[in-house]
Amino acid sequence: MTNPVAVQDTTAGYSSELEVRIRKRYPNPAGSFLLNVHYRALAGVTILFGASGAGKTTLLDCIAGFTDPDEGRIVIGGETVFCSGDWDSGNQNSGNKNSVSADSEGSTANCNVPAWKRAVGYVLQDLGLFPHLTAEQNVAYGLRKLGAAERRTRSREMLTAFRIDHLRDRRPAEISGGERQRVALARALVTEPRALLLDEPLAALDRPTKSLIVSDLRRWNQQYRIPILFVTHNGEEVFALGEEVIVLEAGKIVAQGQPKDVMHAPRLETVAQLSGLENIFDAEVTSINEDRGTMTCRVGMGSVSLETPLAGVNAGAKLRVGIRAGDILLATEKPRGLSARNIVAGKIQSLEQKEGVVAATINCEGTQFEVHLTLAAREALALNPGKKVWVVIKTHSCHLLGG
Amino acid sequence: MNWEALWLTVKLAVIVSAALFVIGIPVAYWLMSSRWRWKFLVEAAVALPIVLPPTVLGFYVLVALGSRSPLGRWWQSLTGHTLAFTFEGLVIGSLLYSLPFAVQPFAASFGAIDPKLLRASASLGHSPILTFWRIVFPLSKGGLVTGFTLSFAHTLGEFGVVLMVGGNIPGVTRTISIDIYDQVEAANYSSANYTALLLLFVSFVLLAIVYGMNRRSHVMGPWK
Repeated sequence: MTNPVAVQDTTAGYSSELEVRIRKRYPNPAGSFLLNVHYRALAGVTILFGASGAGKTTLLDCIAGFTDPDEGRIVIGGETVFCSGDWDSGNQNSGNKNSVSADSEGSTANCNVPAWKRAVGYVLQDLGLFPHLTAEQNVAYGLRKLGAAERRTRSREMLTAFRIDHLRDRRPAEISGGERQRVALARALVTEPRALLLDEPLAALDRPTKSLIVSDLRRWNQQYRIPILFVTHNGEEVFALGEEVIVLEAGKIVAQGQPKDVMHAPRLETVAQLSGLENIFDAEVTSINEDRGTMTCRVGMGSVSLETPLAGVNAGAKLRVGIRAGDILLATEKPRGLSARNIVAGKIQSLEQKEGVVAATINCEGTQFEVHLTLAAREALALNPGKKVWVVIKTHSCHLLGG
Repeated sequence: MNWEALWLTVKLAVIVSAALFVIGIPVAYWLMSSRWRWKFLVEAAVALPIVLPPTVLGFYVLVALGSRSPLGRWWQSLTGHTLAFTFEGLVIGSLLYSLPFAVQPFAASFGAIDPKLLRASASLGHSPILTFWRIVFPLSKGGLVTGFTLSFAHTLGEFGVVLMVGGNIPGVTRTISIDIYDQVEAANYSSANYTALLLLFVSFVLLAIVYGMNRRSHVMGPWK
C-alpha cells in the first residue's frame, strides 16, 4: 500500500494534531451502542473519562487502526489515516451505512492506513510486553529501521529517562508491575509516535508508583508535545494528568473541558459516580429561596433537609444530590457560629479504615452519610460506633446532578 | 538389520517432516487467523488422516497418482513413469498422511499467543509478516518442534500408506515397518525383533523430547 492521501486541512488556520470524527456501531453487553465522536486533540494530555462500556477502548482502537469505524475521518499529525463515507455532506442517516465499510478500499474517497503504518503509540492496561525479549529489546523493538548502534543509544536513553536502565537485561516476567508499565511506556515513546494512546495503563498500580510514572510521562511530553489520549475511570488520575478531559457516555461526548470545570461541577451522574461522589441521594425540592441563592431539599429515605445551590427548578422537583465524603465535617458537639448552612444530628453507625482514611457511616434519621476522616481526627474526637455527632455540610458541597 | 530399508525410511521421514514444516506453517497460520465461515471443513479435511485407515488414504493416493488421473498423466509426461510405486509417490502419500501431525501443533501454538502482542507489534510499526518472524515464530518454538518431531516420528512408522502407494521394492519403497512385516512373514523373528526394537526406541525418544520441550515451554511461555 502506498502512502495515503495527503491531508487538506479543511479547517483553515487550525493546526489540528489529532482529529477524529467517526461513527461506529459497537457491541456492548447491554445491547449495541453507536459511537459517535467528533473532537480534535492538541498536544498534551486529554483524559477520556467514562464508565466501562462507554466506548473508550473502541475509540482508541479506531485511532490505532485495530478496528474500523463505519464511517468518518481520522487525521493524525496531518495525515489522513482513515476516511470513509461522505460525512462532510452532512445529515445522512447514521444507521445502515454498511455499504461504506472499510473493505471497500480502492474507491477514491476511502482510505484506511493499516495499524502498523500509522505511527501511533498504544499502551494497553496489560501492556503486551514481549515475553521472550528483555526490557531493552522490548524498547528497541520499534526502532528496527535504525542501525544497531543508534538503536542501542536511543533505547538506553529512553530506559534511563524512565529510570529502568538497571533492568535492561531482564525479561518482563522478572520485573515488577510498575517497572513493566515503565518499559511499556518507554517502548511506545521511543519510536516518537505522532500520538499516544493509553488505555488505563496505570490502573493496576499503587498511588506513589502511579504519580512517579505520571510525572515522568509529563516531563517527556513537555519536550515532544504530542497528543496523548489517556483512558481512565479513576477521578484522581483525571486531576493528576489532564489538561483537558472528555467525558464519554454511551458512545457520545457529554462533557468536555478542563478537569476542574468538568469534574468539580458534576452535573452528570457518570462523572459524579466516577469522580468519587460517595454520597448520592434522591432528593425533592421543598422550597426555593431565590433571594439567598439556595433551595432546600429533602434528601434520602429519612426526613433530613439540606440547603443546596439553586438549580432553576420549581418546588416539588425531583433531582439527585451528590456530596463528596471528604467534604463533610463531623462535630461531637453542636457547632455554633459556623458559615456552613447544613448541620444535622446523627449517630455513628460504623467506622472502617481504608487506605489511610477512616470511612465513617453516619445515620441521620434514616439517611446515611459516608464521611471520610483522618486517623488523627478519629482519635482526637474519640469516635466510636454509637456516638452522637453532628454532620456539617456547606451549601456548595451539595452537587446537583442531572439525569 | 536391513540398513538399506533403515536409510530409506530416515530419508523419507526427513524429507516429509521438512516439507511439512514449510507447508504446515502457512496452513496453520491461516487456520488460526481466518474468519472464513467454511474454515471448519478445511480443519476437518486436514484432520482426516488421524482417523482414516491408512489403506483408505493409500488407495486414493494410489488412484490419484496412477496413469488414469490428471496428476499421474502430467507426471508421466514429465518424467516418463508414473508416481505409483516410486519414492516420490511415497513422499506424496506420506505428506498427506502426516499433515495433521504437523499442522495441529503449529496451529495450537499460534493460537496460544496473546493477540495483544500482535497488536503491540503492529503499533510499533511491524508488518504482519515481520510480526510473524519476530513474535509468533519465537513464541511458538515449542509447537513448531512438536509438529516437526511428531510428523517425523509418524512418517518413520507408517505402514499402510507405504504398502498401498509404494509396494515393497527394496531400496525404493521398502521402509523398515515393511521390512519388519517381511521378516515376520519369513518367520525371521529375531531379525524382526531388532528392527522393531529400534523403531520402538527411536519413537519413544522422539516423543520424550516433545513432551520434555512442552513441559518447559509452559513455564517460560507468555501464559504464566
